[in-house]
Amino acid sequence: MKAAPFRYERPLELVSALTLVRDPEAKALAGGQSLVPVMAMRLARPQVLVDLARIGELEGIERRDGELVTGAMVRQRTLERFAGLEHELPLVAAALPYVGHREVRNRGTVGGSIAHADPSAELALVAATLRARIEARSLERGREISAAEFVRGPFQTALEPGELVTAVRWPTAGPEDRFAFAEVARRHGDFALCGVAVHLRRGQGRVALARVGLLGVAAVPVVHEVAEQLDGAADPAAVAADVAGQLEPAGDMHASAGYRRRLARVLVERCLRQALGGPSGG
Amino acid sequence: MTVTAPPAAPQETAGRHVGAAVERIEDPRLLVGRGGFIDDLDPIPGALEAAIVRSPHAHARITAFDAARARRAPGVRCVIGPAEVAQMPPFPLTVKTPMPYRPAATDRVRYVGEPVAVVVATSRHLAEDAAELVAVEYEPLTAVVDVRAALHPDAPRLHDEADGNLATDRTMQFGELDGAFANADAVVEGSFSFPRYSSTPIETYGVVAHWEHDGAGDQVTAWCNFHGPFTMQPVIAGALGLAPGQVRLIVPEDIGGSFGIKSGVYAYVALLAIASRHAAAPVRWIEDRIEHLLASSAGNDREMEFAAAVDRDGRVRALRLDLIDNVGAYLRPPEPATLYRCFGNLTGAYAIDAVALRSRAVVTNKAPTGLNRGFGGQQLYFGLERLMDKIAARVGVDPVQLRRRNLIERDAFPYSTPTGGQYDSGDYEAVLDLAVARSGYEELCRRRDEGRRDGRLRGVGIATIVDPSGTNLGYVSIATPPERRVRGREKSGSTEHVRVSVDAGGEVTVILGSTPQGQGHRTVARQVVADRLGIDVEHVHARVEMDTATTPWTVSSGSYSSRFAPLTTSAAIAAADRVAEVLRRAAAVLLECEAGELELAGGQIRVAAEPERAVLFRHAAGLVHWDPGMLDGEALLYADAAYTPPQSRHATTNDEINSSLCYGFVADVVAVEVDPETLEVRVEAVTSVHDCGTVLNPLLVEGQTSGSIAHGLGGATLEELRYGPDGQMVAASFMDYLCPTAAELGFEVAFDHVVTPSPHTPLGAKGAAEGSTMSIPVALANAVSDALAPLGVEIDRLPVHGTVIHELLANRQKGSEWR
Repeated sequence: MKAAPFRYERPLELVSALTLVRDPEAKALAGGQSLVPVMAMRLARPQVLVDLARIGELEGIERRDGELVTGAMVRQRTLERFAGLEHELPLVAAALPYVGHREVRNRGTVGGSIAHADPSAELALVAATLRARIEARSLERGREISAAEFVRGPFQTALEPGELVTAVRWPTAGPEDRFAFAEVARRHGDFALCGVAVHLRRGQGRVALARVGLLGVAAVPVVHEVAEQLDGAADPAAVAADVAGQLEPAGDMHASAGYRRRLARVLVERCLRQALGGPSGG
Repeated sequence: MTVTAPPAAPQETAGRHVGAAVERIEDPRLLVGRGGFIDDLDPIPGALEAAIVRSPHAHARITAFDAARARRAPGVRCVIGPAEVAQMPPFPLTVKTPMPYRPAATDRVRYVGEPVAVVVATSRHLAEDAAELVAVEYEPLTAVVDVRAALHPDAPRLHDEADGNLATDRTMQFGELDGAFANADAVVEGSFSFPRYSSTPIETYGVVAHWEHDGAGDQVTAWCNFHGPFTMQPVIAGALGLAPGQVRLIVPEDIGGSFGIKSGVYAYVALLAIASRHAAAPVRWIEDRIEHLLASSAGNDREMEFAAAVDRDGRVRALRLDLIDNVGAYLRPPEPATLYRCFGNLTGAYAIDAVALRSRAVVTNKAPTGLNRGFGGQQLYFGLERLMDKIAARVGVDPVQLRRRNLIERDAFPYSTPTGGQYDSGDYEAVLDLAVARSGYEELCRRRDEGRRDGRLRGVGIATIVDPSGTNLGYVSIATPPERRVRGREKSGSTEHVRVSVDAGGEVTVILGSTPQGQGHRTVARQVVADRLGIDVEHVHARVEMDTATTPWTVSSGSYSSRFAPLTTSAAIAAADRVAEVLRRAAAVLLECEAGELELAGGQIRVAAEPERAVLFRHAAGLVHWDPGMLDGEALLYADAAYTPPQSRHATTNDEINSSLCYGFVADVVAVEVDPETLEVRVEAVTSVHDCGTVLNPLLVEGQTSGSIAHGLGGATLEELRYGPDGQMVAASFMDYLCPTAAELGFEVAFDHVVTPSPHTPLGAKGAAEGSTMSIPVALANAVSDALAPLGVEIDRLPVHGTVIHELLANRQKGSEWR
């Protein structure tokens, strides 16, 4: 378990990093909680490792109009401890404790997790459910990508060659927003067998918005819009059964496809009930 | 785990220290990172580093091997492969089955991860770089991983020399079996599977091997984290074509856990010795985690059929057992030991006079197996204690009540089992009563029943097991039919050696060759020797060192089968008594009295009848060193003692053997709740009551029991070295091989003890390190079965977790539709 030979670069400026990652054999290091183990196993063998840890432009958490903007290199633990997070981004606050273990979150970064695009990643799911915006930069241009379209497949994103995630723009919660997050894993901190994020918005006695995001049940985070069904007075159990019935999860030694569907149904119902303010279910 | 322990009860002990909750002297050094583990050592200058090329196939013929590019890679000293390994004699096996085992493949690979080549280079990085350049061509063969499939006549055969994949097969019967089954009111049967899992020590295997040749011939010195049994020392020598005396094993002071698993490192000692010979330099190899999970060792997975002849009231009159162990690709010594380790206690804690056994060891395309905490007992008791619950259900009594009716009674000790076991002491009913009381068993059952009305799935499980300790190595002979055993070559033995010395200042040194892996042997040895010599522990210095060239040892030496408490302490007492005798002679000179009048107490040697007539312990020691002319003849303050229990005899021609010196007892109660929707299993509380004879140090017993519970629950709910049907291992990293962490152990634990001292050991102590490892997996399975009783499914295989229960329920529903 020793990595294949590679060159290590630790630029101090974003522009230097962007220059280095133009090399198709280069890989950005943003915390290393996933990349370093797979390099040690020689499953990844970048020739150049571009460590983003010293680039000040990628740091910091900033409040803007209706948004919290987190630099790509903000450590997950830093965000978790950010004062007011549970009010401004309740869904992020609820999901972060499920990201690995505290030791992992001390090193792991917000941008690193999102750019890694693991199908079980909580932050990518929450970003997709909240319709967060991913800021990306290359030497040539900067652009924004909707988190709902960012993850294209397992470990595949909408990033183009030479592009890096520089920040994530999270829409902050309004007074009508309700959230719920739940997941089941074999052990605390393991990749979830199934995870569910719910964002619900009520207005004038109606369910104006109801998004159900699921992880661990498909190659990418899946987000369902269920406002119409809920507004049509459908029971959360029926909505959950409907959502779960549409899934075609894979099975492995930790959870069969059938068990993942069961978890999806149970967790969606629980999260919907919680967000609707009713009893949290079984 | 939140632990509640009983208030410290005063114990009957020989002195002040034994039985006291003395803190471990080993810990300060370990906690600040100053341990001396194999990878910290640089025992010899110029050691090169090795990386091992391993098979990606479960079963394949090696059709071509080309290491030319690797040999030319930067920093590479040598590469050894099939040609070099084929020149080694195979390891001597435990039985005469023609399934040759070498430390690496020669013409064929038989499991994923099997070593194929060793690359020796100036650094591990360079060695791994070059390992990628070793070109091996394989012709894949069909793999077989399931024992029943492997026993099929058309199954792929792993070893051409053998008739099939059946490595050993023995059928034995003890007592009046047929009558018992013919007259039984009921015959209760069950089929059970126990999974393959490990103990995943934090420190992996490590070896530094040095092959030298001088005028005296070949000499191999290997530093390795091997902890015995040292029966493997001649086995290593055999594979190197050397006499045992030419192989010197040196064990570092610290071993970072093993729980039996590291016993398997011996095969790598042989492999690295050959690598060193070809490199003409010492070679270091530290196993990485993936290598460890793929190819080190594990407990056997076992398929079992049990049947009990039962009376109307639930008394078990006879047992029939059919055990099939999956030993992996080779019958690596000491296998098939797993099948026989619990031979003397096959009938567990119950007064059952008749038992029939068929034991088979089968080779498959999985990695070889070996020692794992609870060796053989985890598997045996999974079947036996699940069966007891099935009997309870059939008879319609509570599982605790059923056990009460079958337990060996307190006045029956010493108790002879039908298979030759001599249970030394016990009061099983008192332990069970205490477990019932401490766990609040009746309240747990009441809550379970109450919760059921609200749709909650709570369950209570119990297991009562006999915990054997202090192996009699002769049990392995049972694998060979009596008519094929050679007279005069029988094996028995549990002998342990300890050296005690006293210096001119009266400071005492105890040398332990017991190769601990974190158990705290030094702490307890100090307590035992201090008491024996009547001095404070501060004056006793315990060291662990094992160098087969200089430390007193024998084949049974080592750290396994919880043998420290019954055996090593007994040898320490024998050695201490010898130096005490010399010190009495010296004191007698100073006090002008007879040595026989003297006792050692309070740091003094004094006339027993007139305690004021005394000399200091250190003055007596000083006389031996400074003025030995006053003593008549040889006066040795260096005593090597070997303790050989007379109860450890070789197997009889009737296949009876007392396979352990001591037999402790454990009653565990586990309370669980299963989420009716997600089907997650949550452990609510564990109660563990032990009788390990005299408790030498309650802190250490508690630590061992905590670890046993965690290890048992790991195998019951999380850990599994699972293979796909193609023989690929699907849990080859800690992402998929799930050890319990603190977050999974957040339940209440209550410990308690009943003490019935062993009459077979001087201190009355028995082993205590493995008991709950054997009982907790089945107690958990019993608890989950109890929780799921309303749904009509039972847990007869492990591990059990959400998806397992989901599939059981799904199949049950399908089944009922078909009916």
